[in-house]
Amino acid sequence: MEKHYTDSKVKGVSTGTTILAAIFDGGVVIGSDSRASIGGEYVSSKTINKVIQVHDRIFCCMAGSLADAQAVIKSAKSHLSFHSVQMESPPLVIAAASILKELCYKNKDELQAGFLTAGWDGKKGPQVYVVSLGGMLISQQVTIGGSGSTYIYGYVDAKYKPNMTREECLQFATNALALAMGRDNVSGGVAHLVVITEKGVEHVVVPGDKLPRFNDE
Amino acid sequence: MAAAASMMPIFGHQISSKNDLVPDWNREEVSTGTTIMAVEYDGGVVIGADSRTTTGAYIANRVTDKLTRIHDRIYCCRSVLVPLQEDSRVLVQFGFYVELDEPPLVETAANLFRASCYRYREELMAGILVAGWDRRKGGQVYCVPIGGMLVRQPVAVGGSGSTYVYGFMDSNYKPGLNKDQCLELTASALSLAMERDGSSGGVIRLASISEDGVERRVILGDQLPRFSTH
Repeated sequence: MEKHYTDSKVKGVSTGTTILAAIFDGGVVIGSDSRASIGGEYVSSKTINKVIQVHDRIFCCMAGSLADAQAVIKSAKSHLSFHSVQMESPPLVIAAASILKELCYKNKDELQAGFLTAGWDGKKGPQVYVVSLGGMLISQQVTIGGSGSTYIYGYVDAKYKPNMTREECLQFATNALALAMGRDNVSGGVAHLVVITEKGVEHVVVPGDKLPRFNDE
Repeated sequence: MAAAASMMPIFGHQISSKNDLVPDWNREEVSTGTTIMAVEYDGGVVIGADSRTTTGAYIANRVTDKLTRIHDRIYCCRSVLVPLQEDSRVLVQFGFYVELDEPPLVETAANLFRASCYRYREELMAGILVAGWDRRKGGQVYCVPIGGMLVRQPVAVGGSGSTYVYGFMDSNYKPGLNKDQCLELTASALSLAMERDGSSGGVIRLASISEDGVERRVILGDQLPRFSTH
């Protein structure tokens, strides 16, 4: 088995997409672009929503093979709601992330799917978890994924600060998605953002003409 | 350049050289995975690069100077996938200009690189940034990407680490920056790329080229721009 996953091997089945999640003071923002393309040549959908709700205050973004990710999420949603009924309380974000991780790790030979899970729960407040392709689970303050994410590593490293306000974090996420869409040909359309706090969930959609512009030559 | 799997004796057993225990630096070729950047300002250009050269997982040189002087006020930096043997030819052709006692134009230097890259585009793969100052057009940055195209751009990045800083560059570059702002932008972008790209690292070498000459500086590891980490 090769030591490294070469870039081309992963990119071959990577959803042409840009996804990100970031924690701010009091909540978390999770977002994605809205383009679905076939082979990087035809845009099959301009307004697909890649942010999936798995419970009241827990959302997921998928990376990797869309088919595998949808199957895993469907299974995870049913596990999670059963778990929530058993516990007689809303599930923890880490519970949702762990369920995804178990599915990804136990079936790692067949699946090619990774997830960003973001949400709010009463125990730890806002959290972001990354389940990678092989089934590793880690918690991060801010994370990006998808083919468009390579172009914004520098921007995210430079601009993300812990404990931003909600408005600052929304602007940061919108800018990051706009920059990635500007460079990655398989990311584009509108920016779908979801803001999750103790009070509830808010969807923000930034249409293409309202996205920030940066020196478009 | 795929390394052919070979067997190596370790502790009396044959072990594939693709095994993690076997060091790869004695069979990998030298590669200059890198991050390079050049920015124009009114009156000159700033060009910068990291300083890491790798042979597989071993850093063969951690203080490489990737800024190559082509002429008094023309520098270039290269990101190379297959080695380029044409440099010496380009430099010899410049001797021709020196004999005529006429400083060459930056566009001419860029064109000579482009001609070599395009003619041998099947065999060699190199991305080159040529930056310099001449009397006719002032500070100029020319980008010769893989394949042999030539395009002038106010700001250009290249190399394996460049993909990570496109977003940062798009959001932070504005036309009309002065020399110090360009130096700061280049140092920040290179530092961010070096943090994410395994093939880039070490120190940042910068050169600012203007009518007055070339000013070179080095930013050492402990002085690299830092960003709030998470």
